[in-house]
Amino acid sequence: MKARVTVMLKSGVLDVQGEAVRHALGTLGFAGVNGVRQGKVIELDLAETDKAAAETAVKAMCEKLLSNTVIESYRVELL
Amino acid sequence: MKAAVVTFPGSNCDRDLAVAFERAGFAVSRVWHKDTALPEGVDVVGVPGGFSFGDYLRCGAIAAQSPIAAAIRGHAARGGYVLGICNGFQVLTEMQLLPGALMRNAGLKFICKTIGLNVATSDSAFTSAYAKGQQIAVPVAHHDGNYTIDAEGLAALHAEDRVAFRYAQNPNGSAADIAGVLSANRRVLGMMPHPERVVDARAGGTDGAALFASLMGGMALA
Repeated sequence: MKARVTVMLKSGVLDVQGEAVRHALGTLGFAGVNGVRQGKVIELDLAETDKAAAETAVKAMCEKLLSNTVIESYRVELL
Repeated sequence: MKAAVVTFPGSNCDRDLAVAFERAGFAVSRVWHKDTALPEGVDVVGVPGGFSFGDYLRCGAIAAQSPIAAAIRGHAARGGYVLGICNGFQVLTEMQLLPGALMRNAGLKFICKTIGLNVATSDSAFTSAYAKGQQIAVPVAHHDGNYTIDAEGLAALHAEDRVAFRYAQNPNGSAADIAGVLSANRRVLGMMPHPERVVDARAGGTDGAALFASLMGGMALA
């Protein structure tokens, strides 16, 4: 089973890299981009075949390593 | 007094940190990230600057899960002293031994220069040889030094006098100009600037020496 984890900065945490991308888009002439948030996508190839067990395991991975919950939030999708 | 300095793959300030401890009179041992225990009788653990594990995933995140990190956690839980500098500070926040997180500098650039730091408290074993409010010159060299903490955490740091150093001129967007913070028991210090780089007048200054001298004189037995 494959899982996809999306890690984003929590809303309220200033994303300075996203802001830089937004400025760059404006410079390139792409008008109307009101905000850019940048994050990470992490794909996992799991031996687990049970969906619920996989979700529990991946959430534990997110809490322990894949995200820093002080500043980031995560979303788990099973594919 | 005994100090142990940890080396991760990608650490690059470990030797300088060992020399700074030695000059202050510590017996220093070097510890590898795969070691599962600290040497017997270590009083203070130094977690050095650098780019542990290539800053993969997040700065300090992989190092915080290494075998030696568990030993450092145990040392801190016993009331042992821990000093994390630059990447070492990032490692200690990733281990949640210190609150908050270090994010990308607000200006997005790597900053490498000597800056002014204000000593925010002299009430710690790390800062007792400084006067509160004293300004010192210490280099910074980081890309991710933007100290971020929620309002509640920041209020707690202030209420408990746990900010050790503040930037005289904030270079990186850190909350409340914070350059270094103490744990609740005041025995774990993390800071982005590099005091170990200013312990020799021939190599840029001596304003960092008092931190190591403070520790040598001020540590209760761990």
